[in-house]
Amino acid sequence: MTNQVTALPNGVNVEALLGAREALTEMPEAAKFVWRAVNEWKSGTHAESRIEGFFGLGEEQRHVREFRFDSDHPQIFAAEDNGPTPVEYVLVGLAGCLTAGIASVAANRGIELRSVTATLEADMDLYGILGIDSDVRNGFNGITVNYTIDADASEEDIAAVVAQSQKRSAVFDVITNPTNVTVRVNQ
Amino acid sequence: MSFLSHIPRRTAGAIDVVVIGAGHAGLAISQLLGSRGVEHVVLERGEVANSWRKERWDSLKLLTPNWQTRLPGCAYDGDDPDGYMSVGELVQFLDDYAANTNAPIVTGCEVTSVRRVAERYRVITSQGTWNARAVVLATGACNRPSIPTAASGLPAELTQLTPFDYRSPENVPEGGVLIVGASATGLQFADELLKAGHDVTLAAGEHVRMPRRYRGKDIFYWMTRCGIHDQSYTEIEDIGRGRRLPSPQLVGSTDLPILDLNYLRDRGARIAGRFMRAWNGEIQFSGSLGNVCALADLKMQRLLKLIDETADRDGAPAAETFAPTCVDDEPLLSMNIEDVKSVIWATGFKPDYRWLDVDVFDRKGQLRHDGGVVDGEGLYVLGLPLMRRRKSSFIFGIEDDARDIADHLVGYLTNTLRRAS
Ligand SMILES: Cc1cc2nc3c(=O)[nH]c(=O)nc-3n(C[C@H](O)[C@H](O)[C@H](O)COP(=O)(O)OP(=O)(O)OC[C@H]3O[C@@H](n4cnc5c(N)ncnc54)[C@H](O)[C@@H]3O)c2cc1C
Repeated sequence: MTNQVTALPNGVNVEALLGAREALTEMPEAAKFVWRAVNEWKSGTHAESRIEGFFGLGEEQRHVREFRFDSDHPQIFAAEDNGPTPVEYVLVGLAGCLTAGIASVAANRGIELRSVTATLEADMDLYGILGIDSDVRNGFNGITVNYTIDADASEEDIAAVVAQSQKRSAVFDVITNPTNVTVRVNQ
Repeated sequence: MSFLSHIPRRTAGAIDVVVIGAGHAGLAISQLLGSRGVEHVVLERGEVANSWRKERWDSLKLLTPNWQTRLPGCAYDGDDPDGYMSVGELVQFLDDYAANTNAPIVTGCEVTSVRRVAERYRVITSQGTWNARAVVLATGACNRPSIPTAASGLPAELTQLTPFDYRSPENVPEGGVLIVGASATGLQFADELLKAGHDVTLAAGEHVRMPRRYRGKDIFYWMTRCGIHDQSYTEIEDIGRGRRLPSPQLVGSTDLPILDLNYLRDRGARIAGRFMRAWNGEIQFSGSLGNVCALADLKMQRLLKLIDETADRDGAPAAETFAPTCVDDEPLLSMNIEDVKSVIWATGFKPDYRWLDVDVFDRKGQLRHDGGVVDGEGLYVLGLPLMRRRKSSFIFGIEDDARDIADHLVGYLTNTLRRAS
């Protein structure tokens, strides 16, 4: 099993991905997915999120196990720092998505990756969330992602892989483009 | 060419082939059918070259150089091979071609329905009903402007134009103008509106950047020379993407080495990302501008590198270099709707087949066809982007496609006759 996995380019099963693309082209309903998270308040700004089930390929699906994530705020915010801040999870989501894309696109183009690391930085002015200046937005002013990639490919080919990964990234899209958010309170 | 089989049949009735549309595609296939002795008629709702007469803006010049403008049995032979025709000159060229080829055209004849009835096509028009054994759709790929659904969020008072309404900067109210789309159309509008003194914002999604001339020749020369224009639809990896590709950022003029976002930005245009929505009194743009520019730069470099291989062998002059697209550190993400007096949708075009009552459409409403042979017996199409070749939608590209389709069509007519007897 392990051998089989290492034999795949960048550990990506390109054939399975391309096969899925072809199969889903004929089955638009199966391509409709729903992602879910459950969140529960602990204390203060500490909350715990759990992720296990999602919907796709026409039926309920499960991850191999349940994943749990604590979110909180650092002590300088007078909090207990039981976990990363929610905005840091946004960076985790973006980096996870772009890097997965880079591995897949590179594999599809026959580029073998030796190492891929990214450092992310997001600027934020607290005047927004603290309500001090209404001209300052709550969220990030911008996000910078810096990749260092070691692969047997030219600089341009690597740049093209990174660009293509952004083009096909779900989280990049969620962050760069407006998304409707509906928040309801159940009675 | 046999004389008798060529007598045009211009009154409604039974006929072998109906060609719908007298643009360059309809005229080209008519010439080839005529030379093969196939009985046919060309039905045109307006006049020859109707789209060029009715649906183009004043300053438009062809993107393709004159020497490249050719149709079956006819090539440009004027005295400005490196120039670019105006719309009026092209209309004249097509009018002359229709006359010289004796095309059996019925003008002012709008097709309102095509239906399969008893192994024939019943073609209902404003001038009667034809019953054809085969039909060629040469109605064009650009019958209607294609406008994103998010446009519906804009206030009704705002002036909104499409390339079908826009004629010149005089149509555009004073004040801020937002041009959506960064293809040839959007960039040409932006250029002339800036020159006319308008305050221009351009929303750019994915686009195709290329210089007008490179290493001493027109870029179209190199693309043909390197075999790009002749690439077959069967060789292209992602055909769906290839067919959706916007037109390259070009203008029919050699005044500028390259018409691109850098040039417009230097002249004072604000460049923003893709138009996303109108919301809360604001117009919002995508934050992906940096990436779409990076993609366009990479693709241009790849194209130029490919050209270099041939150009080096040809001993062409040294390669020019083009600066990467310059993107603001914090590109515009939103603007007040109040700062915009008009919006121009330069977001592409789509065909109109509302009159085609035959089950040949996919779930997105596009024709199901294999290289122009439509998934319906005896039905053919011409002139769609990358239909059989990279050059399919260009005037110079129609000849090879129309020849393939004419040959297939003749085979079809012969086979169905044989089956019937
Ligand atoms: C803005 C613009 C610029 C372009 N510039 C170039 C260029 O520089 N070089 C180049 O090679 N190509 C260019 N093209 C691409 C292409 O050459 C044109 O789109 C061209 O008009 C396509 O020719 P066609 O014969 O396929 O369709 P059209 O020229 O659109 O002809 C279709 C004909 O069908 C008729 N018709 C439609 N529906 C019906 C109906 N129901 N009944 C009867 N008749 C009907 C129309 O009236 C029209 O006359 C450009 C396209 C556009 C939109």
